[in-house]
Amino acid sequence: MPTLIKLQGGRAVLANDAFTHVDDDQSLPPGDVIISLTRFQADGERLLGEGRSVGVRLEPNEEAEALAYDLPRLALVALAFPKFRDGRQYSNSRVLRERFGFQGEIRAVGDVLREQAIFMARCGFDAFEPADGSTPEQWEHVTRRFRHVYQPAADDRTPAFVERGR
Amino acid sequence: MYRYDAIDKEFVADRAAEFREQVNRRLAGEITEDQFKPIRLMNGLYLQLHAYMLRIAIPYGTLESRQLRRLAHIARTYDKGYGHFTTRTNLQLHWIKLKDAPEILDQLADVGMHAIQTSGNTIRNVTADPYAGATADELDDPRVWAETVRQWSTLHPEFSYLPRKFKIAVTAAAKDRTATKIYDIGLHLRRGRGGELGFEVIVGGGLGRTPHIGSTIREFLPTRHLLSYLEAILRVYNRHGRRDNIFKARIKILVATLGAEEFARQVDEEWAKIDTSRIDLPDTELARIRGEFTASFETLPPSSAVLEAAKAADPAFARFLRRNVHPHKQPGYAIVDVSLKTPGQTPGDMTAEQMELVADLAQRYSGDDVRVTYQQNLLLPHVKLDDVPEVWRQLAEAGLATPNIDLITDIIACPGLDYCALANARAIPIAQHIAERFADPDRAELVGELNIKISGCINACGHHHVGHIGILGVDKKGEEFYQITLGGTPEEQAALGQALGPALPATKVAEAVEQMVEVYLEERKDGERFLDTFRRTGVAPFKEAVYADAN
Repeated sequence: MPTLIKLQGGRAVLANDAFTHVDDDQSLPPGDVIISLTRFQADGERLLGEGRSVGVRLEPNEEAEALAYDLPRLALVALAFPKFRDGRQYSNSRVLRERFGFQGEIRAVGDVLREQAIFMARCGFDAFEPADGSTPEQWEHVTRRFRHVYQPAADDRTPAFVERGR
Repeated sequence: MYRYDAIDKEFVADRAAEFREQVNRRLAGEITEDQFKPIRLMNGLYLQLHAYMLRIAIPYGTLESRQLRRLAHIARTYDKGYGHFTTRTNLQLHWIKLKDAPEILDQLADVGMHAIQTSGNTIRNVTADPYAGATADELDDPRVWAETVRQWSTLHPEFSYLPRKFKIAVTAAAKDRTATKIYDIGLHLRRGRGGELGFEVIVGGGLGRTPHIGSTIREFLPTRHLLSYLEAILRVYNRHGRRDNIFKARIKILVATLGAEEFARQVDEEWAKIDTSRIDLPDTELARIRGEFTASFETLPPSSAVLEAAKAADPAFARFLRRNVHPHKQPGYAIVDVSLKTPGQTPGDMTAEQMELVADLAQRYSGDDVRVTYQQNLLLPHVKLDDVPEVWRQLAEAGLATPNIDLITDIIACPGLDYCALANARAIPIAQHIAERFADPDRAELVGELNIKISGCINACGHHHVGHIGILGVDKKGEEFYQITLGGTPEEQAALGQALGPALPATKVAEAVEQMVEVYLEERKDGERFLDTFRRTGVAPFKEAVYADAN
C-alpha cells in the first residue's frame, strides 16, 4: 500500500487511504475505489448507485473536461504521472479547480517526486502518493520553501503583485 | 532599470537556499545523478564535455554595473577568468565545480541575479530589444513587458514541465533587434486605430532541425491582457504539444500541424474561459514596473565639439563612430556597441577584467546600464556624445572597440565541440579563421553588412538558418564537415537560408566564404548588401564559385 500524504490547511499529514486502486482488468473489490475513465464511463452509474465513493483516474492524455458533468458525484480525481516530466496534469488540475470549481480530492499518483510538490500544490493537488519515499515533513518543507509566488494559480497563495498593492 | 524589491530579493534567496540543500543531498549521495539531473537543470547547471557549465540568466539582456562586476568576480573565482555571452543574452561559465555552484548562486542572489529557468522544459529567460529605452523608433519601453513576463513565468506551477523549452522575446521598435520571428512567442508592440498599445503575437518560430518562421496568431492584443493570453497559449501547448518525440515537441510543430488559424482558434477558445481579471496585472503594478525603467537625461546640444574634434583627428575613431555608435532618442547622447568579436577571439567571450572595465564605463558614462545583444556583443545604451571619445579609448585599450558591428567579422558562433556535449563539430575555430581573413578593417567595411552565423550541430544555437551566410557543423564518419546556407535573416523580412551545395571540410570553409564575398563584390549594384544581392541573383553564382574546383 503506497504512502498517502494529504495537504490540510498548509500542513502535510500522513493519511489512511480508504480507496483501492483498481485496474481495468481487475475485478472490483468492495468499498471505495479509484477506477479509470473508461471503466467509469461503463460502470460509474452502477457503482455510485451502490452507495460507495468513487474516484476516477485520468491519464495525461485524458482531459478533465471529460468529467465536467460527473464531478459533483466524484469523491476524488486521481491524476496519473507515468513520468514526472509529463506536465499535462498540472493543466488538468487547474481546470478542475478553477474552471469547474471541483472541491473534492485531487490526488497525484505515479512518478510523483518531492521536487514537484510545490508545483502540484499550487495547481490544486491536495493528496499525493510519493514514489520517492518522501515523508510528510519533507513534503511540507518543499511546499513552503518559497515565501513568495509571482502568479495566481489554483491555491490560495497571494501573488507578489497583490502583496505589493497592500 | 528594474531594481529588485524585498519580494524579489527574498525569492532569489529562497531559490539559492533550495539549491544548496539539493546539491548537499547529491554530494552526500542521498540522490543519484539521474535524480539530480532535472534539479540541476532547473538551475541552469549542465554537465558538459569537460566540466559543469552554469548558464546565468540576464533577463532581457540588461545589467547594472554591480551585476557585471559580480559576474567578473564569479568568473575569476570559480571559473578560468572569463565567461561566454550567448545568443539568448545569457552568460555561460564553462568550467564550474559542482561543490561551488551553491556559493555562486548565493553570490548572484546577492545582486538580484539567478540561473532560474535557463534550462529545462520551462519558459526560459525572456529577451528584449537591447536598444530599449534608448532608441527613438520604439513605441514603448519593451522592458516593462519583458519584466512582466519574467515575473509571471518564474516558477510558473503549471508550465514548469512543458513538452519542451519555451522562449519569449519582446520588441517595441519597427526594426527587429531581437529575432522575434524565430521565437516560440514573439511579441511586437503596435499601436491600434485609437492610438492604444497592443501586441502582434507571433507564435511557432524556431530553428533546430525543423526551422520555422513564426506565424501571427493575433494582430492586436491589448497590452493589459498580455499575461492571460500567454497563459492560454501555454495551456494549449502544454496539453497538446507532442511529448512522444523530443524533436517534434516544440510549439512550432504543434502550430505547423494544426495550422496557425486552428491554433489561434484553440487559444481564443481557451482564453475566453480564463478569468483574465485574476491573471492580468493591475494597472498599479504595471505602473510600478514602468516607473522602474524611467531614466532621466540631461538637456544637451545635438552635436558635440569634443566628438567632432576626435573624429577629425583620428580615422580609427571615425571608423568606430561609423560602425559601433548609433543614434539615441535624446539629443546629445549615443548608443555605443562593445564588440566581443575581435578577430582571433572566441565570439562572445569576455575576460573578468574586460567585464570590470565595461562595468566602470557603464557606471561613469552610461547611466549604470549595460545591455547584452543576441549577436553576442554588449552595448552601453546612454553615452553622452562628449564622452564617446574617452569611452572608445578605454574600450580600445581593452580590446573591446573592434569597429565591426554587423560586418563579416561580427560572427555569431555557439561553443561547439570545444565545450558542448551535443555538438558534432567545432564552431569557434571556424569563426576565428573567417575573422582572420577579414581582419583588415578597410576590407571588412568595404564588404559591408554581412552576418555569418555558425552552429556546431543541428540544434542551431548559433542561428545558422538565419545567417546571411549560415554554417552548420556536421559529422561525416568522424570528420567535421560544414553545410553552408545563404540568404537567411531573423529580422522583419525573416527568411531561412538556402543550401549552397555539398558540405565542405573544415579547411575549406573560410576560403569558400572569401570566394562568395568576391562574387558579391562583383555582382552588387549600388547600395546592395550581401543579402540584397543574393536575393536578386539567387544561389547560382555563389555555388559556381565555391564548387568550381570540384567540376
